[in-house]
Amino acid sequence: MSYKAKFKVWRGEGGEGKLEDFTVEVNEGEVVLDIIHRLQATQAPDLAVRWNCKAGKCGSCSMEINGKPRLGCMTRMSTFDPDETITVTPMRTFPVIKDLVTDVSYNYQKAREVPSFTPPAGVRPGEYRMKQVDVERSQEFRKCIECFMCNNVCHVIRDHEENKTNFSGPRFLMRIAELDMHPYDVADRQEAAQEQHGLGYCNITKCCTEVCPEHIKITDNALIPMKERVVDRKYDPLVWLGNKIFKRAK
Amino acid sequence: MTQTTPEATVRRQRAQVKVRTLRTDRWWLTPLLTFLGLSAFLIYGVWAIFDTSYYVPASEYIAPFSSPCLATSCPEGARFLGLAPFGDWYALPPGLLILGLPGGFRLTCYYYRKSYYRSFWLAPAACAVQEPHGKYTGETRFPLIFQNIHRYFFYAALLIGSVLTYDAILALVHKPLGLGSWILALNVVLIWGYTLGCHSCRHITAGRLNHFSRHPLRYRAWTFVSKLNAKHQPLAWASMFSVMGADLYVRLVAKGIIAFPYA
Repeated sequence: MSYKAKFKVWRGEGGEGKLEDFTVEVNEGEVVLDIIHRLQATQAPDLAVRWNCKAGKCGSCSMEINGKPRLGCMTRMSTFDPDETITVTPMRTFPVIKDLVTDVSYNYQKAREVPSFTPPAGVRPGEYRMKQVDVERSQEFRKCIECFMCNNVCHVIRDHEENKTNFSGPRFLMRIAELDMHPYDVADRQEAAQEQHGLGYCNITKCCTEVCPEHIKITDNALIPMKERVVDRKYDPLVWLGNKIFKRAK
Repeated sequence: MTQTTPEATVRRQRAQVKVRTLRTDRWWLTPLLTFLGLSAFLIYGVWAIFDTSYYVPASEYIAPFSSPCLATSCPEGARFLGLAPFGDWYALPPGLLILGLPGGFRLTCYYYRKSYYRSFWLAPAACAVQEPHGKYTGETRFPLIFQNIHRYFFYAALLIGSVLTYDAILALVHKPLGLGSWILALNVVLIWGYTLGCHSCRHITAGRLNHFSRHPLRYRAWTFVSKLNAKHQPLAWASMFSVMGADLYVRLVAKGIIAFPYA
């Protein structure tokens, strides 16, 4: 069954632009990205959209559909009413290059600021021995496809551009948690998480978890455990005393 | 990567969408219901503190909001283990002495923080809905930096949970067994489900470790707590309504408003 759907698509370069109206054919089984491609093919050949795998695995086609951060390739048209007008805009937190394509270099900058995996001195690659239970917590975070929708939806930077300097967003706080939980990582992640990457800005409203297309429990399994580790380190006198008395090793 | 826009200055702009949100669903409903639910709990709590009908001697029921009863003004049977450590000088309602502990536990709880940041402070009211505040510093400074003491309230909540369990057992062993005993027992089950599913509890059991395999017992405890933790939100609401319901039930029995046999 096919029908004509009403779309409003944000068009423009830089920040300047507006929502343009389109009426476009929709066929059974299609997703929003298919419709954007049909618009390119039939009505707006210069409409810019970033995409790649069309399978929800590359994280390229992040956009906002009816105001919600979604992957264009994973949003089925059958979830909308045929009479509904569907609004498609670029991710709001990042600068627009053109139409639906945003400049996500903020994320790459923050990624570079997280020191990579740091094994203990004297342990060489190939000598790591870990049990599955020790690494499976971190493995959940490895499912991240870097669509950056968690960083896009996080109000800390979405609504407060000035916080971008001090806050790395859920994506990279999760990366820090992943490394901090790693049995063989010895770098000091906790101090950095709080002081350099702005973990304290997170008020755990869980929007990152809500929008994650990989269903990673970012808040419950990464951000809150990391906050608790920071409390151990900075705010809990009993843990501090215990560490002094028993000289607990990490 | 090929650059598609030549002017770097143009690229610094976000899309200028002039509305607070483009969401078309009823995003306001959840924060509204949360606001009403939490407000009801607060209003009830204030009333309960000043209400003096909190003990039913005939059935050994004590209202959870007033337990443990530690003031000398508490009826003899209502005193926890017969103790009244606060002298005659303390003339305020007994509930005031202890309500700060479970109250603080819920106030600093990671789930409740989410719910009241969203529904009371609108930061944000819902995902992808612009918040109304011009500035945001999160939990980096006073007063919200004190959210970090949640684990101390968790320790206190363990004590309060134990006291409520003791109260429920006393009511359950009392003959004849009344409906209130089962209400208090159900409340205790939900309170423990909520308390043990706490994120701080999860951290303390084994979350702080990097080598689960070296601590199999702690890992098992962590696994159990993680299962409860996954239900922390529903348990938070269920235990909140159960403690309110159990408290109200006991007070109504104490006032004689509920007076059927085996109440």
